[in-house]
Amino acid sequence: MVLVETRALVKRFGSFTAVDGISFSVGSGEVVGFLGPNGAGKSTTMRLIAGFLEPTAGSAHICGHDSHADPVSARLRLGYLPEGAPLYPDMSVGAFLEFVAGMRGLDSARTRERLAEIVESIELGSVWNRRIDALSKGYKRRVGIAQAMVHDPDVLILDEPTDGLDPNQKHEVRELIRSIAANKAIIISTHILEEVEAVCTRAIIIARGRMLADATPAELIAKTPETGPDGMARSGSLRLEDYFREITRTPVEA
Amino acid sequence: MSMIMRVFRREFAAYFATPLAAVFLTVFLAIIAGMTFFLANFFDRGQADLSAFFMWHPWIFLVLMPAIGMRLWAEERRSGTIELLMTLPVSTWYLVIGKWLAGWVFAGLALLLTMPLWITVNYLGSPDNGVILASYLGSWLMAGSFLAISACVSALTKNQVLAFIGAVVIGFLFVMAGFDLVLSAIQPWAPAIVVEAISSMSFIAHFQRITEGVLEVPALIFFFSLIAFALWLNVQILQVRKAA
Repeated sequence: MVLVETRALVKRFGSFTAVDGISFSVGSGEVVGFLGPNGAGKSTTMRLIAGFLEPTAGSAHICGHDSHADPVSARLRLGYLPEGAPLYPDMSVGAFLEFVAGMRGLDSARTRERLAEIVESIELGSVWNRRIDALSKGYKRRVGIAQAMVHDPDVLILDEPTDGLDPNQKHEVRELIRSIAANKAIIISTHILEEVEAVCTRAIIIARGRMLADATPAELIAKTPETGPDGMARSGSLRLEDYFREITRTPVEA
Repeated sequence: MSMIMRVFRREFAAYFATPLAAVFLTVFLAIIAGMTFFLANFFDRGQADLSAFFMWHPWIFLVLMPAIGMRLWAEERRSGTIELLMTLPVSTWYLVIGKWLAGWVFAGLALLLTMPLWITVNYLGSPDNGVILASYLGSWLMAGSFLAISACVSALTKNQVLAFIGAVVIGFLFVMAGFDLVLSAIQPWAPAIVVEAISSMSFIAHFQRITEGVLEVPALIFFFSLIAFALWLNVQILQVRKAA
């Protein structure tokens, strides 16, 4: 079942084209990794799907609802972690998550139930009553992920969910994503190529607003030779890196 | 409705999460007391009414309401939380109304804290309490108008200082609209209907009618429709910025 679909999505800021005709669909059970250099258009694409930006042309759909024409229905089914995980610094973790749960239409019984589950799975119990501005970067990111998951949405869009986390925390977040992925469509953006190999069922490489590749991580790895330029045997994520560099460095001809 | 209340509660609590609320309330009460007693000579007037108190409200609100309203959207833009807020499954209207309402209730709280003055005039004489109540309501509505303008300007920028200055400038135009100084400048060249329209935008003229004891319906409609228009404009600004 297709849960996220973009059709020839275009976004221009003045004369700059940030997203240039991106079309793909993500089905239930898929975890798609968005890869690309900084400024490639990953975050802009995510913002277009979430409905924070309006597309110049094309459309994005969440569970069949156009995220621009029918935003409320689309967003009810979406959990979104914006870039940098912005949070209200003056609120406590508990008050913030209760606010988001309420705004996402959960009644108080369901809110309690979901928050209890999330405290457990994201380990927020020890900071529940702390103000958000007093949290470490790792905890802030986890609160950001928690707010995206609070209503158990069908679609999760996470912009750099593991940025700023230490290796243990990164591992936990990846485990978490894997454990909930079964009947959801999940899109994550990342710079870390080993992350794609670890959690994603599919990778989409974007540069200069265009899609350059859309395949499973294994397929992408198979496209590069087993030995690197230095003649040494290369492991999976290093080969993925070779491939990434090869296709994002050369200018794309229209 | 419950969504508006959720936005309202979060926003209202945010005023008290920082020293902003305490500083604002202290400054407001100090300025208003200073103006009432020293500039308007409340005691020397020998009248048991609060006109010496209410006459300063347009000028105080002109500066203090933008101070409450400037953060409403600019702060969300600066910190990026606007992206979180605007991707929640609620209509933009609920967000705009909830935020404005938080500022308005906060302004109402500030007005409520001036009650000792009302008690004082009742102790010293027998004022027309109906007029005083109407003046309080009119003052609160005027505060709401200044706030709706401030929220609108705040949605245009991520810089709170710019939001403050913009709101003061626009508020100043509304305050000055009825003054002869302004009207005589446009009278020679503008058609009568334009002069009439501009003078009817005056906050002071509408507010004065209310404080003179006639809780005039047109004055109430003026403030209500100005608030409604500014909130509508606020929604439009947020929508347009999505497409920019």
